[in-house]
Amino acid sequence: MSQTDFDVIVIGGGPGGYVAALRAAQLKLSVAVVEAQHLGGICLNWGCIPTKALLRASEINHLLHDLPAYGFKADGVSFDFKKIVARSRAVSKQLSAGVAHLLKKAKVPVFDGHGKLDGTLANGRRKVLVSKDGAAPTTLTAQHVILATGARARVLPGLEPDGQFIWSYKEALVPETMPKSLVVIGSGAIGTEFASFYRNMGADVTLVEVAERILPVEDVEISQLARKAFEKQGIRVLTSAKIGTLQKTATGVSIPVTVNGKADTLVAERVISAVGIVGNVEKIGLEGTKIQVDRTHVVTDALCRTGEPGVYAIGDLAGAPWLAHKASHEAVMCVEAIAGRKVHPIDPTKIPGCTYCRPQIASVGYTEAKALEAGYKVRVGRFPLIANGKALAMGEPDGLIKTVFDAQTGELLGAHMIGAEVTEMIQGYVIARTGELTEAELAETIFPHPTISESMHEAVLAAYDGALHF
Amino acid sequence: MAIEILMPALSPTMTEGKIARWLKKEGDTVNNGDVLAEIETDKATMEVEAIEDGIFGRILVPEGTEGVAVNTPIAIMVEEGEAVPDSAAPPATSAAPAPAPAQAGAVAPASAPVAPAAALQASRPANRIVASPLARRIAAAKNVDLSTLKGTGPNGRIVKRDVEAAAAQPAAAPKPGQQANAPLPTGASRTVPHTTMRKVIARRLSESKATIPHFYVSMDVELDALMALRSQLNALSHDEGQDAFKLSVNDMLIKAAALALKQVPEVNASFTEDAMILHEDADISVAVSLDDGLITPIVRAADRKSLKQISQEAKSLVSRARAGKLKPEEFQGGTFSISNMGMFGVKEFAAIVTPPQAAILAIAAGKRQPVVSGDEIKVATVMTVTLSVDHRAVDGAMAAKWLSAFRNIVQAPLALVL
Repeated sequence: MSQTDFDVIVIGGGPGGYVAALRAAQLKLSVAVVEAQHLGGICLNWGCIPTKALLRASEINHLLHDLPAYGFKADGVSFDFKKIVARSRAVSKQLSAGVAHLLKKAKVPVFDGHGKLDGTLANGRRKVLVSKDGAAPTTLTAQHVILATGARARVLPGLEPDGQFIWSYKEALVPETMPKSLVVIGSGAIGTEFASFYRNMGADVTLVEVAERILPVEDVEISQLARKAFEKQGIRVLTSAKIGTLQKTATGVSIPVTVNGKADTLVAERVISAVGIVGNVEKIGLEGTKIQVDRTHVVTDALCRTGEPGVYAIGDLAGAPWLAHKASHEAVMCVEAIAGRKVHPIDPTKIPGCTYCRPQIASVGYTEAKALEAGYKVRVGRFPLIANGKALAMGEPDGLIKTVFDAQTGELLGAHMIGAEVTEMIQGYVIARTGELTEAELAETIFPHPTISESMHEAVLAAYDGALHF
Repeated sequence: MAIEILMPALSPTMTEGKIARWLKKEGDTVNNGDVLAEIETDKATMEVEAIEDGIFGRILVPEGTEGVAVNTPIAIMVEEGEAVPDSAAPPATSAAPAPAPAQAGAVAPASAPVAPAAALQASRPANRIVASPLARRIAAAKNVDLSTLKGTGPNGRIVKRDVEAAAAQPAAAPKPGQQANAPLPTGASRTVPHTTMRKVIARRLSESKATIPHFYVSMDVELDALMALRSQLNALSHDEGQDAFKLSVNDMLIKAAALALKQVPEVNASFTEDAMILHEDADISVAVSLDDGLITPIVRAADRKSLKQISQEAKSLVSRARAGKLKPEEFQGGTFSISNMGMFGVKEFAAIVTPPQAAILAIAAGKRQPVVSGDEIKVATVMTVTLSVDHRAVDGAMAAKWLSAFRNIVQAPLALVL
């Protein structure tokens, strides 16, 4: 008979859950994972990774259509959409298998089925019921249970995914054919990335946002530059939009919208609803426990503890920001605390956010407006990529690096970037912020030439004595 | 192989000390057991001995350096013929504490994550302040002394939140020596650096006065009977040899205080936030003045010792205290203190309680004076004693009860020889 009692049981095998299990195994805790669908969760299977594979393809398509700018000439450039989608799926599959391998190597058993807390205790230990295909559930017990069941797309009335014309991110990742026209509702990271992908693959794309600017959580200057860049690429951007009742037609959808009092009707083959996500709080046994749920997310303290001793919630289930790296970090922190280690609660202003549209967007910490709102006196530095040699050489001159410092202490409050490769560079500022470096250490740091990252240095100098190259 | 000599912890509470004197020169041959240095700690001077043979290679911390943290390398020993490394080779010492092993397999209670691997912090030299650049800058701006902070960042690093928390504390308890408002007199002066002992006296007594609610109870005690007994007992002593003794009044008062503590054990106490600690033994700390301060060696279990034992012990303690040679356990951990200034002709005085003790007895000079006995006036030798008390531990009536017990023993002193 296989083991059924553990130190820790993790429900959910996404970037929160599987990382929690790996860390627990490293710390010599006995641990098991319960996963209903696929290891790696949304991130590996339906989120971060497959979208990056698609975006890579659209980037290549963009370059192929920009060849003359680099002195090339090619005729009859075309693509096989099914192969592009198939490659994206293959990447996900490879990574999911990789997670299975890591868990196996760490000797972490994976229970295939739907995990659910059972409110009763067995000898003071938590009970987890694992059920699969209606068969009698298996009972597991553990001292600690980590809930990591993730989240799913929010469904708005009238925009329910129908598998045909109305898509959520899931359908948008595996289309049968390339739509000629597309409306994307919601301009957060998910909506923006799909808008970018489909536009760069050649579709007519309209990006619709209810708020007054796209990418509403980013610094306003970055939002404005993103909009400019999208519009230059031919994406139609509508903000402060009121959306009417969607009508399905024989070939697609028509959506009435009103912007600044002006009514319009958007007609497209497909619509992607990217209006946020909701936590998977149902059917995991929260009812009747002291675990509180607030607007589809489990309420936790800074150390991911819920209202029930010995039960924790991490990742998307525990609330914003809905980012895989936040889930993984919470996983490690939560498990280390269980193992008796000293841990540090996560400071949300030290979690970077990345959007992989073209141009890319990355940020950490306070926007300028949020810093002012919080009462800081700020020093702001800006450096445009057009003044950066490497960006020009790459043919990627559009972009801006912006830094926000506390004028009194020199603390790097936030950094905001738009442009080529900024998602790979933001970590430099995250390290600075986490390590509590001030402008002085950043100014003293020697950045390699020629790189786009030199702009990060210049954006620091710009906040103080002035940039050298602008 | 080169061996680092580390600043030793000469007592459990010692965190730093002063290199009072190096007794070996660089290049000297050292034999196991040779005294290498004298270390001045908060209350005593102690010797550091070599634990193996070798050549005294290099002094890393010069004579006279104060505030040297425990476990700091202070010198390097090498073997005969071996070159002296430029700096201390990190793995060469076996004395340095190893980092704490990972707490593998330990499962904390589900409700509360438990705290830190303290040993990890101890492995770092205590005098290096590990703080983020931002924390340093904020500390400088807000006048926060980083050395007083405990970091909550990775491995105890002091980070912004620690400094901000410290800066947010009301400046209710200014640190000793920080009397910014009181300008020094403007006349000619000279500056004498504090000894370690002076710093400790300043800190401990400031703490005591700031945190302990003191009150004082005085009583006159007649000494004639005790002095008569003392003469009789001293007459019994051999003139010299191991059994020779010469009881002092103070020796007898030590025992009287110890017996009084047995009669009123509530005074033999320590106040803690959670509970009162009542001590079994009467371990009497005896204040001894030194040129540059004072020290309180302890006569342990004085209630169970004979006057002769007490006298011999006290004599030895005092002479070694004046020579700065007391061991930490000989001056740390008494349960009650006596401070006797009778030899200076003091009429009366009040002393400051030394935490965690609950009381200290201040003894003034005995003086021949008229006293009323019944309806007659007679002449007696009278001294005024004042008990300073921690009111959290002992109330007024109890203090008075103890003083009466003490007076009764002193005035009818045969109990001292029972």
